[in-house]
Amino acid sequence: MHELAVAQALVEQVESVIDQHAASAASRIRVRIGPLAGVVPDLLASAFPLAAAGSRMERATLDLVDAPIKVRCQACGSETEAAMNRLVCGACGDWHTQVISGDELLLESVELETAPSLTPES
Amino acid sequence: MCDTCGCNLTPGNRHLAFKPVAKGATAVSVLKGLLAKNDDQAAHNREHFDRRGILAINLMSSPGSGKTALLEATLTALKDEFTCAVIEGDLETENDAERIRAKGVQAHQIVTGTACHLDAHLVHDALHHMTLDGVDLLFIENVGNLVCPASFDLGQHLNVTLLSVTEGDDKPAKYPVMFRAADAMLLTKTDLLAVLDDFDPDKAEAHLRDLANPAPVLRLSARKGAGMDAWVTWLREQLAAQRARVAIGQSRRPAIQADGQRYHRITA
Repeated sequence: MHELAVAQALVEQVESVIDQHAASAASRIRVRIGPLAGVVPDLLASAFPLAAAGSRMERATLDLVDAPIKVRCQACGSETEAAMNRLVCGACGDWHTQVISGDELLLESVELETAPSLTPES
Repeated sequence: MCDTCGCNLTPGNRHLAFKPVAKGATAVSVLKGLLAKNDDQAAHNREHFDRRGILAINLMSSPGSGKTALLEATLTALKDEFTCAVIEGDLETENDAERIRAKGVQAHQIVTGTACHLDAHLVHDALHHMTLDGVDLLFIENVGNLVCPASFDLGQHLNVTLLSVTEGDDKPAKYPVMFRAADAMLLTKTDLLAVLDDFDPDKAEAHLRDLANPAPVLRLSARKGAGMDAWVTWLREQLAAQRARVAIGQSRRPAIQADGQRYHRITA
Protein backbone atom coordinates (compact mmCIF):
# COMPACT_ATOMS: atom_id res chain seq x y z
CA MET A 1 0.00 0.00 0.00
CA HIS A 2 3.00 2.32 -0.23
CA GLU A 3 2.47 2.49 -4.00
CA LEU A 4 0.68 5.84 -3.64
CA ALA A 5 3.83 7.30 -2.06
CA VAL A 6 5.83 5.90 -4.99
CA ALA A 7 3.30 7.32 -7.48
CA GLN A 8 3.62 10.75 -5.83
CA ALA A 9 7.40 10.55 -6.10
CA LEU A 10 7.01 9.60 -9.77
CA VAL A 11 4.76 12.61 -10.44
CA GLU A 12 7.29 14.92 -8.76
CA GLN A 13 10.12 13.57 -10.87
CA VAL A 14 8.20 13.81 -14.12
CA GLU A 15 7.19 17.38 -13.22
CA SER A 16 10.84 18.29 -12.87
CA VAL A 17 11.65 16.60 -16.21
CA ILE A 18 8.87 18.66 -17.86
CA ASP A 19 10.34 21.82 -16.31
CA GLN A 20 13.92 20.98 -17.27
CA HIS A 21 12.94 20.58 -20.93
CA ALA A 22 10.50 23.48 -20.98
CA ALA A 23 7.81 21.12 -22.27
CA SER A 24 4.06 21.54 -21.86
CA ALA A 25 3.10 18.04 -20.79
CA ALA A 26 4.20 14.42 -20.61
CA SER A 27 2.46 11.99 -22.93
CA ARG A 28 4.18 8.71 -22.06
CA ILE A 29 6.08 7.66 -18.96
CA ARG A 30 8.17 4.52 -18.83
CA VAL A 31 9.03 2.97 -15.49
CA ARG A 32 11.07 -0.17 -14.96
CA ILE A 33 10.15 -2.26 -11.91
CA GLY A 34 11.90 -5.38 -10.73
CA PRO A 35 10.02 -7.78 -8.44
CA LEU A 36 12.59 -7.19 -5.70
CA ALA A 37 11.87 -3.45 -5.55
CA GLY A 38 8.86 -4.23 -3.37
CA VAL A 39 6.42 -2.29 -5.55
CA VAL A 40 3.46 -4.02 -7.19
CA PRO A 41 3.08 -2.78 -10.80
CA ASP A 42 -0.71 -3.15 -10.82
CA LEU A 43 -1.06 -1.12 -7.62
CA LEU A 44 1.28 1.55 -8.95
CA ALA A 45 -0.79 1.69 -12.15
CA SER A 46 -3.98 2.30 -10.17
CA ALA A 47 -2.32 4.81 -7.82
CA PHE A 48 -0.80 6.85 -10.65
CA PRO A 49 -4.02 8.56 -11.90
CA LEU A 50 -4.75 9.67 -8.33
CA ALA A 51 -1.29 11.18 -7.92
CA ALA A 52 -1.31 12.69 -11.43
CA ALA A 53 -4.78 14.28 -11.26
CA GLY A 54 -4.62 17.92 -12.29
CA SER A 55 -0.94 17.73 -13.25
CA ARG A 56 0.72 18.07 -16.62
CA MET A 57 0.80 14.30 -16.99
CA GLU A 58 -2.76 13.41 -16.17
CA ARG A 59 -3.34 12.20 -19.74
CA ALA A 60 -0.01 10.39 -20.01
CA THR A 61 0.27 6.67 -20.66
CA LEU A 62 2.18 4.88 -17.93
CA ASP A 63 4.26 1.99 -19.28
CA LEU A 64 5.45 -0.36 -16.57
CA VAL A 65 8.29 -2.56 -17.76
CA ASP A 66 9.14 -5.72 -15.90
CA ALA A 67 12.78 -6.41 -15.05
CA PRO A 68 13.58 -10.11 -14.73
CA ILE A 69 15.58 -11.24 -11.72
CA LYS A 70 19.13 -12.20 -12.64
CA VAL A 71 21.97 -13.11 -10.33
CA ARG A 72 25.72 -13.37 -10.85
CA CYS A 73 27.40 -16.17 -8.92
CA GLN A 74 30.49 -15.24 -6.95
CA ALA A 75 31.56 -18.89 -6.85
CA CYS A 76 31.28 -19.96 -10.50
CA GLY A 77 30.69 -16.64 -12.26
CA SER A 78 27.51 -17.69 -14.07
CA GLU A 79 24.69 -15.24 -14.68
CA THR A 80 21.34 -16.95 -14.32
CA GLU A 81 17.69 -16.07 -13.84
CA ALA A 82 16.34 -16.60 -10.36
CA ALA A 83 13.08 -16.66 -8.44
CA MET A 84 12.22 -13.87 -6.03
CA ASN A 85 12.72 -15.99 -2.91
CA ARG A 86 15.46 -18.21 -4.26
CA LEU A 87 18.35 -16.04 -5.38
CA VAL A 88 20.82 -18.91 -5.57
CA CYS A 89 22.97 -19.63 -8.62
CA GLY A 90 21.01 -21.49 -11.29
CA ALA A 91 24.19 -23.23 -12.45
CA CYS A 92 25.99 -24.41 -9.32
CA GLY A 93 23.41 -23.74 -6.59
CA ASP A 94 25.68 -21.59 -4.41
CA TRP A 95 23.94 -18.79 -2.46
CA HIS A 96 26.85 -16.35 -2.66
CA THR A 97 25.32 -14.41 -5.51
CA GLN A 98 24.76 -10.80 -6.42
CA VAL A 99 21.51 -9.54 -7.87
CA ILE A 100 22.33 -7.78 -11.15
CA SER A 101 18.75 -7.17 -12.29
CA GLY A 102 15.33 -7.35 -10.71
CA ASP A 103 15.59 -4.79 -7.91
CA GLU A 104 15.15 -1.70 -10.08
CA LEU A 105 12.59 1.02 -9.45
CA LEU A 106 13.54 3.35 -12.21
CA LEU A 107 11.98 6.20 -14.17
CA GLU A 108 13.48 5.27 -17.52
CA SER A 109 12.12 7.77 -19.99
CA VAL A 110 9.46 10.38 -20.55
CA GLU A 111 7.92 11.47 -23.83
CA LEU A 112 7.19 15.15 -23.72
CA GLU A 113 4.77 17.32 -25.64
CA THR A 114 6.67 20.38 -26.65
CA ALA A 115 4.92 23.70 -26.59
CA PRO A 116 4.67 25.50 -29.97
CA SER A 117 7.83 27.46 -30.48
CA LEU A 118 7.55 31.21 -29.97
CA THR A 119 10.30 31.99 -32.44
CA PRO A 120 9.75 31.15 -36.12
CA GLU A 121 11.86 28.32 -37.48
CA SER A 122 14.60 29.49 -39.77
CA MET B 1 22.70 6.65 -8.99
CA CYS B 2 22.94 10.03 -10.62
CA ASP B 3 21.82 11.85 -13.73
CA THR B 4 25.08 13.45 -14.62
CA CYS B 5 27.88 10.94 -15.07
CA GLY B 6 25.97 8.13 -16.75
CA CYS B 7 26.65 5.61 -13.99
CA ASN B 8 23.00 4.65 -14.06
CA LEU B 9 23.28 3.38 -17.60
CA THR B 10 23.59 -0.40 -17.59
CA PRO B 11 23.68 -2.97 -20.39
CA GLY B 12 20.03 -3.63 -19.56
CA ASN B 13 18.78 -0.10 -20.13
CA ARG B 14 21.27 1.59 -22.44
CA HIS B 15 19.10 0.94 -25.50
CA LEU B 16 16.45 3.19 -23.99
CA ALA B 17 18.59 6.27 -24.05
CA PHE B 18 17.48 7.10 -27.59
CA LYS B 19 14.04 6.41 -28.91
CA PRO B 20 12.17 7.77 -31.93
CA VAL B 21 8.96 9.59 -31.12
CA ALA B 22 6.13 11.28 -33.01
CA LYS B 23 6.55 14.78 -34.40
CA GLY B 24 5.87 17.51 -31.89
CA ALA B 25 6.98 15.26 -29.08
CA THR B 26 10.37 14.55 -27.66
CA ALA B 27 11.62 11.68 -25.55
CA VAL B 28 14.05 12.14 -22.74
CA SER B 29 15.86 9.42 -20.97
CA VAL B 30 15.75 9.85 -17.23
CA LEU B 31 16.96 6.66 -15.55
CA LYS B 32 16.48 7.97 -12.09
CA GLY B 33 15.41 5.93 -9.10
CA LEU B 34 11.78 6.70 -8.34
CA LEU B 35 12.63 7.22 -4.72
CA ALA B 36 15.50 9.58 -5.50
CA LYS B 37 14.02 12.35 -3.38
CA ASN B 38 13.70 10.03 -0.41
CA ASP B 39 17.22 8.76 -1.03
CA ASP B 40 18.61 12.31 -1.10
CA GLN B 41 16.96 13.02 2.22
CA ALA B 42 18.26 9.71 3.58
CA ALA B 43 21.80 10.64 2.55
CA HIS B 44 21.35 13.94 4.35
CA ASN B 45 20.18 12.13 7.51
CA ARG B 46 23.19 9.83 7.27
CA GLU B 47 25.49 12.86 7.15
CA HIS B 48 23.88 14.10 10.37
CA PHE B 49 24.66 10.76 12.00
CA ASP B 50 28.18 10.45 10.62
CA ARG B 51 29.11 13.97 11.67
CA ARG B 52 28.33 13.00 15.26
CA GLY B 53 29.75 9.47 15.02
CA ILE B 54 26.31 7.97 15.64
CA LEU B 55 25.44 4.45 14.49
CA ALA B 56 21.83 4.39 13.23
CA ILE B 57 19.96 1.08 13.15
CA ASN B 58 16.59 0.48 11.50
CA LEU B 59 14.57 -2.25 13.24
CA MET B 60 11.99 -3.94 11.06
CA SER B 61 9.60 -6.86 11.59
CA SER B 62 5.96 -7.90 11.69
CA PRO B 63 3.80 -6.23 14.33
CA GLY B 64 4.21 -8.03 17.63
CA SER B 65 7.51 -9.77 17.00
CA GLY B 66 9.10 -7.99 19.94
CA LYS B 67 10.91 -4.91 18.63
CA THR B 68 10.05 -2.75 21.62
CA ALA B 69 10.76 -5.54 24.12
CA LEU B 70 14.13 -6.08 22.44
CA LEU B 71 14.85 -2.36 22.70
CA GLU B 72 13.92 -2.30 26.39
CA ALA B 73 16.29 -5.18 27.15
CA THR B 74 19.02 -3.71 24.93
CA LEU B 75 18.82 -0.25 26.51
CA THR B 76 19.07 -1.82 29.96
CA ALA B 77 22.12 -3.84 28.90
CA LEU B 78 23.86 -0.79 27.37
CA LYS B 79 22.88 1.87 29.88
CA ASP B 80 26.27 2.20 31.58
CA GLU B 81 28.19 1.94 28.34
CA PHE B 82 26.59 4.07 25.63
CA THR B 83 24.11 6.89 25.21
CA CYS B 84 21.18 5.66 23.14
CA ALA B 85 18.22 7.37 21.54
CA VAL B 86 15.13 5.90 19.91
CA ILE B 87 12.72 6.95 17.19
CA GLU B 88 9.46 5.02 17.32
CA GLY B 89 7.15 4.64 14.34
CA ASP B 90 3.55 3.57 14.75
CA LEU B 91 0.24 4.35 13.10
CA GLU B 92 -1.16 5.59 16.39
CA THR B 93 -0.34 6.07 20.09
CA GLU B 94 2.65 7.28 22.05
CA ASN B 95 2.81 3.93 23.89
CA ASP B 96 6.14 2.66 22.58
CA ALA B 97 7.96 5.95 23.15
CA GLU B 98 6.63 5.96 26.71
CA ARG B 99 8.03 2.46 27.27
CA ILE B 100 11.45 3.65 26.10
CA ARG B 101 11.32 6.85 28.19
CA ALA B 102 10.54 4.69 31.22
CA LYS B 103 14.06 3.29 30.71
CA GLY B 104 15.45 6.83 31.00
CA VAL B 105 16.26 6.99 27.30
CA GLN B 106 15.37 9.81 24.91
CA ALA B 107 12.58 8.75 22.56
CA HIS B 108 10.56 10.48 19.87
CA GLN B 109 7.33 8.98 18.59
CA ILE B 110 6.40 9.36 14.94
CA VAL B 111 2.68 8.82 14.51
CA THR B 112 2.18 7.97 10.86
CA GLY B 113 -1.62 8.03 10.86
CA THR B 114 -2.30 5.62 8.02
CA ALA B 115 1.15 5.39 6.48
CA CYS B 116 2.53 1.87 6.55
CA HIS B 117 6.22 2.79 6.72
CA LEU B 118 8.66 5.47 7.83
CA ASP B 119 10.44 7.49 5.16
CA ALA B 120 13.54 9.66 5.26
CA HIS B 121 11.53 12.88 5.59
CA LEU B 122 9.60 11.64 8.62
CA VAL B 123 12.88 10.62 10.26
CA HIS B 124 14.45 13.99 9.45
CA ASP B 125 11.53 15.81 11.06
CA ALA B 126 11.89 13.58 14.11
CA LEU B 127 15.61 14.38 14.36
CA HIS B 128 14.72 18.05 14.76
CA HIS B 129 12.83 17.16 17.94
CA MET B 130 15.78 15.31 19.42
CA THR B 131 19.14 16.08 20.96
CA LEU B 132 21.71 14.11 19.03
CA ASP B 133 24.84 15.50 20.71
CA GLY B 134 26.52 12.79 22.74
CA VAL B 135 24.36 10.01 21.31
CA ASP B 136 26.26 6.84 20.35
CA LEU B 137 23.46 4.63 19.07
CA LEU B 138 20.18 5.62 17.44
CA PHE B 139 17.55 2.94 17.04
CA ILE B 140 14.73 3.59 14.60
CA GLU B 141 11.82 1.24 15.28
CA ASN B 142 9.96 1.11 11.98
CA VAL B 143 6.24 0.49 11.61
CA GLY B 144 5.48 -3.20 12.16
CA ASN B 145 5.19 -4.39 8.57
CA LEU B 146 7.22 -6.86 6.54
CA VAL B 147 6.47 -5.20 3.21
CA CYS B 148 6.70 -1.44 2.77
CA PRO B 149 9.51 -0.39 5.16
CA ALA B 150 12.03 -2.42 3.11
CA SER B 151 11.74 -0.02 0.17
CA PHE B 152 12.59 3.23 1.98
CA ASP B 153 16.10 4.24 2.99
CA LEU B 154 15.94 6.33 6.18
CA GLY B 155 19.61 7.20 6.43
CA GLN B 156 20.38 4.28 8.72
CA HIS B 157 23.66 2.35 8.53
CA LEU B 158 22.21 -1.07 9.28
CA ASN B 159 18.93 -2.92 8.92
CA VAL B 160 18.07 -5.40 11.64
CA THR B 161 15.09 -7.62 10.87
CA LEU B 162 13.33 -9.56 13.62
CA LEU B 163 11.53 -12.84 13.14
CA SER B 164 9.77 -14.19 16.20
CA VAL B 165 9.48 -17.93 16.58
CA THR B 166 5.71 -17.66 16.89
CA GLU B 167 5.71 -16.77 13.18
CA GLY B 168 6.51 -19.20 10.39
CA ASP B 169 10.13 -20.18 9.78
CA ASP B 170 9.49 -19.57 6.06
CA LYS B 171 8.91 -15.82 6.53
CA PRO B 172 12.17 -14.97 4.67
CA ALA B 173 10.87 -16.94 1.66
CA LYS B 174 7.49 -15.19 1.85
CA TYR B 175 8.87 -11.66 2.28
CA PRO B 176 12.11 -11.75 0.27
CA VAL B 177 12.37 -7.99 -0.27
CA MET B 178 12.41 -7.38 3.48
CA PHE B 179 14.77 -10.17 4.47
CA ARG B 180 17.15 -9.49 1.60
CA ALA B 181 17.68 -6.05 3.13
CA ALA B 182 18.69 -7.40 6.56
CA ASP B 183 22.22 -6.81 7.85
CA ALA B 184 21.32 -9.08 10.75
CA MET B 185 18.34 -11.33 11.36
CA LEU B 186 17.24 -11.83 14.95
CA LEU B 187 15.14 -14.85 15.86
CA THR B 188 13.23 -13.55 18.87
CA LYS B 189 11.16 -15.12 21.68
CA THR B 190 13.30 -18.28 21.51
CA ASP B 191 12.19 -19.15 25.06
CA LEU B 192 8.91 -20.21 23.40
CA LEU B 193 10.62 -22.76 21.14
CA ALA B 194 10.16 -25.36 23.90
CA VAL B 195 6.39 -25.22 23.48
CA LEU B 196 6.31 -24.76 19.71
CA ASP B 197 6.88 -27.71 17.42
CA ASP B 198 6.58 -25.97 14.08
CA PHE B 199 9.42 -23.43 14.04
CA ASP B 200 12.86 -24.66 12.99
CA PRO B 201 15.54 -21.96 13.45
CA ASP B 202 17.86 -23.76 11.03
CA LYS B 203 15.18 -23.66 8.35
CA ALA B 204 14.66 -19.93 8.91
CA GLU B 205 18.39 -19.45 8.43
CA ALA B 206 18.40 -21.60 5.27
CA HIS B 207 15.59 -19.48 3.80
CA LEU B 208 17.67 -16.38 4.48
CA ARG B 209 20.68 -17.90 2.66
CA ASP B 210 18.41 -18.67 -0.30
CA LEU B 211 18.09 -14.90 -0.64
CA ALA B 212 21.88 -14.72 -1.05
CA ASN B 213 22.07 -12.93 2.26
CA PRO B 214 25.16 -13.65 4.40
CA ALA B 215 23.82 -11.68 7.41
CA PRO B 216 24.43 -13.15 10.87
CA VAL B 217 21.45 -14.88 12.48
CA LEU B 218 21.18 -14.33 16.23
CA ARG B 219 18.78 -16.30 18.40
CA LEU B 220 17.57 -14.57 21.52
CA SER B 221 14.88 -14.03 24.09
CA ALA B 222 14.65 -10.43 25.28
CA ARG B 223 12.35 -11.45 28.10
CA LYS B 224 14.50 -14.29 29.48
CA GLY B 225 17.84 -12.77 28.52
CA ALA B 226 19.07 -15.76 26.52
CA GLY B 227 21.27 -14.79 23.57
CA MET B 228 21.34 -11.11 24.53
CA ASP B 229 25.12 -11.16 25.06
CA ALA B 230 25.78 -12.06 21.43
CA TRP B 231 23.43 -9.30 20.25
CA VAL B 232 25.03 -6.69 22.49
CA THR B 233 28.49 -7.83 21.36
CA TRP B 234 27.38 -7.44 17.74
CA LEU B 235 26.15 -3.91 18.50
CA ARG B 236 29.50 -3.04 20.11
CA GLU B 237 31.37 -4.32 17.06
CA GLN B 238 29.12 -2.37 14.70
CA LEU B 239 29.54 0.84 16.69
CA ALA B 240 33.32 0.37 16.66
CA ALA B 241 33.17 -0.20 12.90
CA GLN B 242 31.08 2.94 12.45
CA ARG B 243 33.58 5.00 14.46
CA ALA B 244 36.43 3.59 12.36
CA ARG B 245 34.56 4.57 9.18
CA VAL B 246 33.82 8.06 10.46
CA ALA B 247 37.50 8.52 11.38
CA ILE B 248 38.47 8.03 7.73
CA GLY B 249 35.52 9.98 6.33
CA GLN B 250 33.53 7.00 5.10
CA SER B 251 29.98 5.88 5.65
CA ARG B 252 27.90 2.78 5.14
CA ARG B 253 24.52 2.16 3.61
CA PRO B 254 22.34 -0.83 4.48
CA ALA B 255 23.07 -4.12 2.72
CA ILE B 256 20.78 -3.75 -0.21
CA GLN B 257 21.74 -0.36 -1.51
CA ALA B 258 25.44 -1.18 -1.21
CA ASP B 259 24.86 -4.07 -3.60
CA GLY B 260 23.26 -1.89 -6.22
CA GLN B 261 25.98 0.73 -5.92
CA ARG B 262 28.65 -1.87 -6.51
CA TYR B 263 26.95 -3.08 -9.64
CA HIS B 264 26.63 0.40 -11.07
CA ARG B 265 30.31 1.04 -10.55
CA ILE B 266 31.26 -2.19 -12.31
CA THR B 267 29.17 -1.54 -15.40
CA ALA B 268 29.49 2.20 -15.78
